Amino acid sequence: MSTGLRYKSKLATPEDKQDIDKQYVGFATLPNQVHRKSVKKGFDFTLMVAGESGLGKSTLVHSLFLTDLYKDRKLLSAEERIRQTVEILKHTVDIEEKGVKLKLTIVDTPGFGDAVNNSECWKPITDYVDQQFEQYFRDESGLNRKNIQDNRVHCCLYFISPFGHGLRPVDVGFMKALHEKVNIVPLIAKADCLVPSEIRKLKERIREEIDKFGIHVYQFPECDSDEDEDFKQQDRELKESAPFAVIGSNTVVEAKGQRVRGRLYPWGIVEVENQVHCDFVKLRNMLIRTHMHDLKDVTCDVHYENYRAHCIQQMTSKLTQDSRMESPIPILPLPTPDAETEKLIRMKDEEVGGGVRVSRAGPGLLSFLTPFSMLSPPPAEAHAGNAAEDEAANAGPVTPPQPHISRDLPPLGMAPPTPGARWAWT
Amino acid sequence: MSKGQSGLGKSTLVNTLFKSQVSRKASSWNREEKIPKTVEIKAIGHVIEEGGVKMKLTVIDTPGFGDQINNENCWEPIEKYINEQYEKFLKEEVNIARKKRIPDTRVHCCLYFISPTGHSLRPLDLEFMKHLSKVVNIIPVIAKADTMTLEEKSEFKQRVRKELEVNGIEFYPQKEFDEDLEDKTENDKIRQESMPFAVVGSDKEYQVNGKRVLGRKTPWGIIEVENLNHCEFALLRDFVIRTHLQDLKEVTHNIHYETYRAKRLNDNGGLPPGEGLLGSVLPPVPATPCPTAE
Repeated sequence: MSTGLRYKSKLATPEDKQDIDKQYVGFATLPNQVHRKSVKKGFDFTLMVAGESGLGKSTLVHSLFLTDLYKDRKLLSAEERIRQTVEILKHTVDIEEKGVKLKLTIVDTPGFGDAVNNSECWKPITDYVDQQFEQYFRDESGLNRKNIQDNRVHCCLYFISPFGHGLRPVDVGFMKALHEKVNIVPLIAKADCLVPSEIRKLKERIREEIDKFGIHVYQFPECDSDEDEDFKQQDRELKESAPFAVIGSNTVVEAKGQRVRGRLYPWGIVEVENQVHCDFVKLRNMLIRTHMHDLKDVTCDVHYENYRAHCIQQMTSKLTQDSRMESPIPILPLPTPDAETEKLIRMKDEEVGGGVRVSRAGPGLLSFLTPFSMLSPPPAEAHAGNAAEDEAANAGPVTPPQPHISRDLPPLGMAPPTPGARWAWT
Repeated sequence: MSKGQSGLGKSTLVNTLFKSQVSRKASSWNREEKIPKTVEIKAIGHVIEEGGVKMKLTVIDTPGFGDQINNENCWEPIEKYINEQYEKFLKEEVNIARKKRIPDTRVHCCLYFISPTGHSLRPLDLEFMKHLSKVVNIIPVIAKADTMTLEEKSEFKQRVRKELEVNGIEFYPQKEFDEDLEDKTENDKIRQESMPFAVVGSDKEYQVNGKRVLGRKTPWGIIEVENLNHCEFALLRDFVIRTHLQDLKEVTHNIHYETYRAKRLNDNGGLPPGEGLLGSVLPPVPATPCPTAE
């Protein structure tokens, strides 16, 4: 009962307590139950990092999650990199904090933007993202859906070089190729080479260019109107700081008597977690502490659904193009046969012994079996029926009647058989 | 000539080097201007004076270099420009009525700005330097060096030096042109230890310890441009202006230009290049080496 009281409505006053106890059903403990189950199941998150090499991607990932994923990395020389193509590397690590487990997957893209000719260098990356969506789509449509592995990319941190005057053509190309498939969070890397006024100018410039090129980066959701002022203020600051100017560091230095993560320069110490120095803290809070679930939701509800709709649309348009193909989904409506037809069908069924149910429209059947021959309607119905029966018995497996052939049936006063309807063929 | 991707601080550095606004900064471009599709060559000439000595300085900037998605052969316009200057000089030299002081528009020095990634040279850097170290004096410079801590800086420099050596790129001062032992030891020291220079440029002044210095003010400290502990700008400036300026011109004239000239003469079958129709009308000048100017 004590846990239930925690979720009591705000409007309750001590005087109403007794009344509320009487009205209390108990589903207010649902959030607790969800919490317990989720903690047991554990969480997963896939983060992609992209950008030119040397922008501090690995260092930033290390600083964000405090784990070293790149211990034995070998840096390639420039000559080796001339002929390198963009690779996709996945690192998975299980981290735990206060009993909550997180399976973190980092997708790295070494070689991006490094070559002399970088045309379409984002293609391997779009292919990878599409592949993950396809895999999930297949799993979802499959029979055994118990343990679907969700490898879809939930967020892509794109590192923009601080040495330019804004977005480069390669940056624009990459973001336009991926903005409808994945949540893109643009970052300004190595922000310690810029003074505050330069950072401001660069951020403005980048924001303008993102609007100009129509790039859809990840938008922070609006906070509810009943949140308190503090939270709203934080949210506003967050939105105004995008794109975040970040600095990463693997080393701990001594500053003002404290040990902090930072970079030691002859002219001063840059502290990674100091909000005046860079936006690292804002990025970490956004990515991990407040918006991680929203990123996953947007991936599932928006990007994946777009992909799925697109995929299905492609599939059905392919099917209607080729009408000779077997249609797994009934396209034409099933007309109900009249009572006379039903009776005759039942009669014939008994004769045949429930085997092959044949069409009453004799010539129609014949025309099915020999679709390209022109047949004259038989003189008597019964004969036609028998002939048809024999034909059916002798014939091997026949493909279900096709729509365009049924149109050729000479009208015999009976409904022509419709495709895939009541007729079972051997 | 200053070369490198946009945003590496080339214009700021050139302004700082010559303590005057000799280079128009790219950030002052009109917002509507796009990144140029091909590499442009912009040459601006200034006359600066110090202690009664006048110098005509021409700064050649190359906006658009390395900015595109496909940067193949983006060094070709630059190579063409350099060769055109040699060609102009050559034409003046072989002229019958030639001027006493031939206007010298040849490129004496090319500052190549390397992006401070901290890993190694980029493939584009290598390709460019391979092609151009044969026609012009290249001085590689690590731009925006305030991105790197001291250890990162020395590691990066070592790696860059090694890569340049492995790829056979001779940057200025070239080993083969050291004339005497004194030069050799001095240049060796510079080559092995200081180059490529890691620089920081700035045109703003701040107050530090009672003095006004050029620098960059960050929330964590002021980076002094002329402080040798902070960056090597002072070394670069002394190297290019105070000690090796004349040498740069001489190497350009005696070596790079002569190489170009010899190649042109060979291509022409030992005849100096004529000026279109006029060349064929005039009697061919015997292929004696022209006296070196000055």
